[in-house]
Amino acid sequence: MSGARLDLGGVTKHFRGLRAVHEVSFTVPAGAIHALIGPNGAGKTTIFNMIAGVYAPNGGVVRLDGKAISGLRPDLICDAGVGRTFQLVKPFKGLSVLENVTVGALHRKPRLAEAQESANAILARLGLYDRRHQLAESLTLPDRKRLEVARALATEPKLLLLDEVMAGLRPTEVDVMVGFLRELNQRSGLTILLIEHVMRAVMALAAEVVVVSYGEKIAEGTPQEISRHQAVLDVYLGEQEEL
Amino acid sequence: MSFIRRLAGNAPPRILWSLGVLLALLLLAPALLGKYWLSVLILILYFAYVGQAWNILMGFAGQLSLGHALYAGLGGYIAAGLYFHYGIGPWAGLFAAVAVAGVAGAIVGYLGFRFSLAGVYFALLTIAFAEFTRVAFDHWGWAGGSGGLFLKVEHATDIVNLRGGPVLFYYLILALAAGAFILCRALLRSRLGQYWLAIREDAEAAQAVGVPVLRCKMIAIVISAALTSLAGVWNAFYYNNLFPETAFAMGRSIEITLAPIIGGLGTLFGPIVGAVVLTGLGEAFTDLGDVLRIPGIKQIFYGLALLVIVAYRPAGVWPWLADKLGLKERQP
Amino acid sequence: MTADFLLTLAQAIVNGLLTGMVYGLMALGLSVIFGVMRIVNFAHGEMMVVGMYLAWMGFEYLQVSPMLSLPVIAAIFFAAGYVLQRGLISPFIGRPEHQQFLLLLAVAILLVNASLAIAGPDSRGVQMESQFDSYELGPLVFDAVRLHAALAAIAIALLLWLFFTRTRTGKSIRAAADNNLAALVVGLDVRRLYAVTFGVGAACVGAAGALMITIIPVSPFLAVEYTLLAFVIVIVGGLGSMTGALLGGLLIGVSEAVAGLLLQPSLKSMFSFGLLILVLLLRPQGLLGKGPQ
Repeated sequence: MSGARLDLGGVTKHFRGLRAVHEVSFTVPAGAIHALIGPNGAGKTTIFNMIAGVYAPNGGVVRLDGKAISGLRPDLICDAGVGRTFQLVKPFKGLSVLENVTVGALHRKPRLAEAQESANAILARLGLYDRRHQLAESLTLPDRKRLEVARALATEPKLLLLDEVMAGLRPTEVDVMVGFLRELNQRSGLTILLIEHVMRAVMALAAEVVVVSYGEKIAEGTPQEISRHQAVLDVYLGEQEEL
Repeated sequence: MSFIRRLAGNAPPRILWSLGVLLALLLLAPALLGKYWLSVLILILYFAYVGQAWNILMGFAGQLSLGHALYAGLGGYIAAGLYFHYGIGPWAGLFAAVAVAGVAGAIVGYLGFRFSLAGVYFALLTIAFAEFTRVAFDHWGWAGGSGGLFLKVEHATDIVNLRGGPVLFYYLILALAAGAFILCRALLRSRLGQYWLAIREDAEAAQAVGVPVLRCKMIAIVISAALTSLAGVWNAFYYNNLFPETAFAMGRSIEITLAPIIGGLGTLFGPIVGAVVLTGLGEAFTDLGDVLRIPGIKQIFYGLALLVIVAYRPAGVWPWLADKLGLKERQP
Repeated sequence: MTADFLLTLAQAIVNGLLTGMVYGLMALGLSVIFGVMRIVNFAHGEMMVVGMYLAWMGFEYLQVSPMLSLPVIAAIFFAAGYVLQRGLISPFIGRPEHQQFLLLLAVAILLVNASLAIAGPDSRGVQMESQFDSYELGPLVFDAVRLHAALAAIAIALLLWLFFTRTRTGKSIRAAADNNLAALVVGLDVRRLYAVTFGVGAACVGAAGALMITIIPVSPFLAVEYTLLAFVIVIVGGLGSMTGALLGGLLIGVSEAVAGLLLQPSLKSMFSFGLLILVLLLRPQGLLGKGPQ
């Protein structure tokens, strides 16, 4: 495994006239960890869905290692090397934990035995090995989040999209996940883009942060720069006043 | 030997032994059983076979078809028609039958899946195609129209033209049911089978991990339709008559779905167990109906039994039974 | 095209419209049940047939005209539907479709065979004097029974509309249909509302049965046909849409009548199923249904 570079060039998405994402551009260099943050409804998940092929952008282009992937079907984008998790976790509920991850692994290893072997290895690294024969629906939410990550990793991606995998985790669990992702990134050079509300995790992991609000990119920089950025503070303070 | 070992996979020895004994008994059955019990066994194997065929589409890939009579009917009509009109024997005719039913499945599937019809909507589409075809066959002279298509009854056993008595058809349906079981087991242990299960559970998540959802669903419906058409061919030559009103009837489609639902959807043994339970109940209630002499009483008991089973064992009889026997069906 | 032919065609359309109104009422029941609790009533045609039998029995044994026994039948159906939902169907809401299908299939088998056991396999019709009456409007003839049935169906549909727009229960049901969770949050008794809904849906089809027996005789074998017909109508009109069900009923009524005139009568259902396939593929939300969520 090694990482791939992700480029978004002026990516735009409308839903029935509603502007969900407007001309967003940014780059994640190969092997980097970047974060995508912004208030609820800012268009973060829509951006993920365009990268992962759930939606074709109305304008602009998504490139992976310079190759345009926007508009392809999700399974072909997975082929190209993009793995993703879902914000609202989508385990294969009626299948065992092992089978969940095996389905991902079968993508690169068509033989069941080999796929199971690599699925077991991934489960061990994420601390799910002991639960591998449980049905996915019996897992707790933190374990389901881990399962999402395991299943995405099993497809051997070059770019991993993580949609709020820290949400709902206890602080110690966040630390474990942060440690796991950092080690994964350092060992394999996997590129990671994460949507995250848990700022502790963003600060600890991300080299750079992209901030979106109302579908537009309003800031980009290191976590330190972003935390001092006036427009970002306005957006977040504004959100807090609403609460 | 290595073939058998591969087939057995990681199944526990006592299951293999039980299956071996069962198969031996089934092979000897015509010598051991009288006419009546053989006919009951034929019925069980027929429902076990079509149930397994349907289970591939619904139990594995999660697509609810309530129009499988379409494929059985097409299979039966094609093979019987070729034999009746041109003297083309059923062994050749079944290739045409499988091809036509496969194409029909591909058309229904492509339209349904392409336009992302799911659940009830897909089920209604399958009903509509079956009903449409039923009315079309009512008016199609080559197939005999609503008056039906009849094959000459001959008592001498003629394997080439599939003419003969119950014993011949018993072995045929036994071979089909056993073959379908082996096929289903192999499919479940393949990448395709695992992809089907993933699609059944969550198509969007499956696609995100690289599963080509449309292609997998298409393969499922074509295999399911092709297998079902073989049951149609068998049916036509066993009963020697075909009517659109029964061959394509909604009731025929529903019949096909019952054994796997009752037995346990998506499991290997479910359709077989379901076929035993349903046929057993049906025969018992027929006897009871003969005693009580009230029209419809057999069906009333049958309906009550279905009600009880779906209310208390909504996941089917087999998962519960397997649990009781300590035989949790091992997913590959 | 001769004037004669045009007249015959117009007459077929009139008959189709009148029968279509009753079809619409029948389909309305299916649509209401699906719209609120997302359950497809696979026993719908069987319920229709039971309604027809009840009206026939009232006429045969008590000499009550179906029009008069209609309110009683609707009330019985409401109560039966309420109880059926409470006792049997309620736990199946939100379950996988094949389980709902099997449950209602079992109900269907029970209903149709109970009818068979009680009334036998022969078709049963009512012989009323008004069956020979008709009204004339220019060259067109309106059969009295069809016209009365259609008018009664319209009146019932209006009542239903009033129920859903003017009464507290009706409005609550619509709220629960739009957003189950929100309804629970604001303290609506969703279980009771669902039972009322199933009762209302059943009352519609029971009433439609009482009207239909004045037009054609009943036999148990009609049940599957009516279930399929109701499916076709609600899909064409838009599953869950009330106006859609009524208009779908008219459309199918007319198209069957016209197809029966132009083609062989036995081909008319092929036309309906062809229409169903087209609508499913091109506009699965139905002609009047809301777009996908």
